[in-house]
Amino acid sequence: MARTDDDTRNETAHGAAHDVVADSAPAQARDEFTERVFAAFEDDDVTPAGGVASGALHVLRRGLATSPELRVGLKATIVFAIVAALGKLAIPILIQVILDRGVLDAGGFRAEFVLLTCLGAVVITIGVLFVSRVAYYRLVRAAEQALWGLRVRVFDHIHRLSMAEHTTTRRGVFVSRVTSDIETLARFVQWGMISWLVNGTLIIGTLVVTFVYSWQLTLITLVAYLPVPPLFRAFQRRQLQAYDEERTRIGDMIAEFSETVSGAAVIRAYGLQDRARVRLRDRIDGAYRARLRAARYFAAMFPLGDFFGAIALAAIVVASAHYGRGWGLDVGKVVAFMFLINLLLSPIGELSEILDQTQTAISGWRKVLAVLDVPIDVAEPADGVQLERGALAVEVSHIDFAYRGDAPVLHDVSVDIAAGAHVAVVGETGSGKSTFAKLLCRLADPTEGQVLIGDRDLRDVDPASRRRAIRMVPQDGFLFDATIAENVRMAEATATDDDIERAFARLGLDWWLMRLPDGLATMVGERGESLSVGERQLVALARAELGDPGLLVLDEATSAVDAETERALADALARVSRGRTTISIAHRLSTAEHADRVLVFDAGRIVEAGTHEQLVAAGGAYARLHTSWTANTRTG
Amino acid sequence: MWRRGVATLRRFIVAHPVPFTTSVIGSSVFALTSVLGTIVLGRVTDRIIIPAFKGHVASGTIWAGAIAIVVVAFIRSAGVITRRYYAGMTAAANMATLRHQIADRYLDVPLSFHREHTTGTLLAHADNDVMVASEVINPLPFSTGLMLLIVFSLIALFAIDPLLTLVGLVLFPAMFALNRFYTRRVELPAQTVQERVGDVSAITHESFEGVMVVKTLGRQDAEVQRLGRAADQLRVARVRVGALRALFEPTLDALPNLAIIVLLAVGGWRVSTGAVSPGDLVQAMALFTLLAFPMRVVGFLLEEMPRSVVALDRIDGVLAASPEPVPTDPRPLPSGGLAVEADGLGYEYVAGVPVLQDCDVRIASGEVVALVGPTGCGKTTLCELLAGLDRPERGVVRVGGIDLTAVARRDLRSSGVALVFQESFLFTDSIANNITIGTETIATDVTDAAMRWAARIAQVAGFVDSLPAGYDTSIGERGVTVSGGQRQRIALARALIRRPRFLLLDDATSAVDATVEARILHGLRDELDMTTLIVAHRVSTIALADRVLFMQEGRIVATGTHTELLATNRDYETMVRAYEQEVA
Repeated sequence: MARTDDDTRNETAHGAAHDVVADSAPAQARDEFTERVFAAFEDDDVTPAGGVASGALHVLRRGLATSPELRVGLKATIVFAIVAALGKLAIPILIQVILDRGVLDAGGFRAEFVLLTCLGAVVITIGVLFVSRVAYYRLVRAAEQALWGLRVRVFDHIHRLSMAEHTTTRRGVFVSRVTSDIETLARFVQWGMISWLVNGTLIIGTLVVTFVYSWQLTLITLVAYLPVPPLFRAFQRRQLQAYDEERTRIGDMIAEFSETVSGAAVIRAYGLQDRARVRLRDRIDGAYRARLRAARYFAAMFPLGDFFGAIALAAIVVASAHYGRGWGLDVGKVVAFMFLINLLLSPIGELSEILDQTQTAISGWRKVLAVLDVPIDVAEPADGVQLERGALAVEVSHIDFAYRGDAPVLHDVSVDIAAGAHVAVVGETGSGKSTFAKLLCRLADPTEGQVLIGDRDLRDVDPASRRRAIRMVPQDGFLFDATIAENVRMAEATATDDDIERAFARLGLDWWLMRLPDGLATMVGERGESLSVGERQLVALARAELGDPGLLVLDEATSAVDAETERALADALARVSRGRTTISIAHRLSTAEHADRVLVFDAGRIVEAGTHEQLVAAGGAYARLHTSWTANTRTG
Repeated sequence: MWRRGVATLRRFIVAHPVPFTTSVIGSSVFALTSVLGTIVLGRVTDRIIIPAFKGHVASGTIWAGAIAIVVVAFIRSAGVITRRYYAGMTAAANMATLRHQIADRYLDVPLSFHREHTTGTLLAHADNDVMVASEVINPLPFSTGLMLLIVFSLIALFAIDPLLTLVGLVLFPAMFALNRFYTRRVELPAQTVQERVGDVSAITHESFEGVMVVKTLGRQDAEVQRLGRAADQLRVARVRVGALRALFEPTLDALPNLAIIVLLAVGGWRVSTGAVSPGDLVQAMALFTLLAFPMRVVGFLLEEMPRSVVALDRIDGVLAASPEPVPTDPRPLPSGGLAVEADGLGYEYVAGVPVLQDCDVRIASGEVVALVGPTGCGKTTLCELLAGLDRPERGVVRVGGIDLTAVARRDLRSSGVALVFQESFLFTDSIANNITIGTETIATDVTDAAMRWAARIAQVAGFVDSLPAGYDTSIGERGVTVSGGQRQRIALARALIRRPRFLLLDDATSAVDATVEARILHGLRDELDMTTLIVAHRVSTIALADRVLFMQEGRIVATGTHTELLATNRDYETMVRAYEQEVA
């Protein structure tokens, strides 16, 4: 419990700190605080029951503040919902009134009274029906509007985070924040939320009515129910553990299936079927046993309320038979009381059913809100400067960079690149060369030091101008699932098909376009995978050509590109880089050979710089790399 | 759909009849005791409550009533627990059975099956499809119990008063009809919601995956708008479902209440005429509240059914795949290095687009040949056919003079033919287990020495020894990350420990440095008596082979030494020159 309280306090503190940071605080000041925000935001586990319950109010408050749509007409909706719930109380009251005054009364059966009362009850029931309908509809509409807003806001926020946040491992987390986490909320909106409102009101209303009938019997009922909450909690804790265990076991089983499927070739080539079979059986049976364990608690939990309800009923019978007259009760009231107890049963049962769902929804909501707490680390200048047209000089001075929570990737990197120069950057995987490229496009800001492009600090440059003047061709050449034309047009929304065709022609790629089944209208498939990596880069180059950038940053594909595309790529690159500053992350020897200058990265530092010939002659890291390259290709 | 739904349920019941029957018994106990509870309530009203307010009731009677209430509730709870637990068991047992069948199928089908299906769909069959298909059995015992409940209730009602039964007879069909009507109306909008959820998810995936492009082109706003539109369509679809629910749910709630009001009016009159006792009326009303929600559970069952049938169809599609044929009269391979011959091989993945066509191969025992050819010319397919991983559609492969399809599988895999793949697939396990995997079926004593020998030839021994945990280091998700070159070498060691007599390396050393590769190939020559085929992309690799097979468009077009081919074949020369410029 103490832990939970601390958490809540911490989170409140973060909330306050966040407001300050988002405005203007310098990067360093937020370190400790960001770490904590991130701890919350990466927490992918379902928090145990207690934590959720006490954190729930906090999440609710934050959630309401984040989604103002929820508050629109909320009061009227709640009134409607309460009226709807109270309407359900009409029936037991009606039973009491009719039994006492219309049937069992000293005056005998009063047909007129019974009929009129029943008619009144019919009117009330139908009235409640319509009020419920309005309440339900209004709630769903408001909640869906809020979910829409929340989804779009989170999506927008994630897109505004820098590339330092968009690591491959975190991508899955981001996707689930926008999809599955919000879906748990949506499911809650469709069932749980209304259930809470109606059943909560119903329980309180029932207790009020029973109290009016007889406070003694109400007290007896409450005492009879006393063991239910602790028993329930105990069961639930175990149930949650059992569910957790089941999820783990299912995960293991799927992992084993995954190995069997993706290793299908190896399994067949080495005759490993028997081993795989034994392991799969083992995992499947493990998942089965875990499911049974969870089913045990699931089965035992539900009848709890029913059973203790019966004990309450028995106690009421005994008490009212003994003391009923003394407590001023009559038959109608006791019978009505018995029905009221019954009325209490179903909302309790229903609430216990949705408790699980509620917890999932709250933890989903918490995770979504935590993403909104991640500060946007690359803040765009309000009134940015424009970069000039034409080739741009690059001046990097003393930059450091570290991905959050990781060791630094770049240390004190400084380099000057003249406008129009062609520079190749080489180094082992993980030497920091790709990160260096990202900083040049301001996909993230360096933690220390400064990047000047065209003599302007990159942080002061107007974002639109920056994107026009600096173009990056990413390594995997990711394309959207659309046509080639649409993918190229993403660079220049106003470009016509003719403009795009001309851009391809300027790069000497008209033959390639012609060879495609539908030319510019060819669909590229998911992630652009209908095209080869090399071809995807061709499209990216056409994008760059269309935008007329002054600085081109190219991350070469590492995987093999077939010889023909390779030549096309080299040729197109030569054309596109004419009159532009070009920085290539090189994986090919020829790229380095033809560059004006080569920068050699090792462990986050530039260890050598110079022309190809100079570096080969120097006999350092580059020379070693070169030897290995030539050994691979030229011994024949 | 109805008939197929019933067939689905039958199949699940027949597969695991014991838990299912137990569950139905529990459900029947629940139905019986529920009705019994209302009878007890009516008797308690007549014999205890009413007399208590008129005069005196014996203490024994009061306690008997109280005990009856508790005992009935206890049995009812036991019934509910039994029904829930065993219904869950029936579903879980069916899931396990289906998964066992799927697992067997995935292992027994030929490799081509796996190539035709993505990992994602195959996993979805084992995971989600199984779940969706089997879940339908879960509400069935409850539904059965509820049917009994309705029957018992009507009988109990009839025993009280035929006139009151009439009210019930109007109510139940009305509820059932309303339920069916709602289920039908909501089906299409609910489906639309699912589709819209899919759209939103697809956009989110794509957008975050392409975040680099989005950022460099400043497409954030456009992407937010794109998602906003899809999310709005989802919102509209959800509100439409909500509107339907807002219409039906309160009506479903109100219907039994209206019936109870009618019951009170009619029942009040019947009590006054003495036709029924007040206790009977109380019991009748309790019976009605009992029946307020059950109809919905039957509705759930009907709602689940189509989804289940469709999921089971998909699973059956997998189970119907025919397993890889096994030789009827298996023959052993001769000892020593194996000669390889292939005649007139033909193979196509897509009809009309042959990958191999009239492909002939001759490799002498003990020879080291390089298979060279442009991307997409069929090298990998040829390797798979020569390794017996797939059968040619036309032609025959003979290894050691024996038709591959007639070779005993165990003989083939234990020390016959080994193929090392382009993509080195390692299991999530220790390095030692990755190397020795499957060898326990060859010989019971796979020695540590054999493993170290294989690792040494594969040039990975030094690397493994440098790891703190050595051969016990685990690889994969939770283990260390191993570079591509090291992975390839571990995969190679896995092949070598079998001491194969025909080894195929399908570009299996592409991520290994040329000098290391040369050491590996020399080691192979020195230590093993075998025939080797290497798919090569580097001039350095080609140079290490005795002979080159040059492949173009699905057949071997030329063969000879590297120098011979350079001199005589223009295509070969052009291609090899291009290699010299290629990837580092």
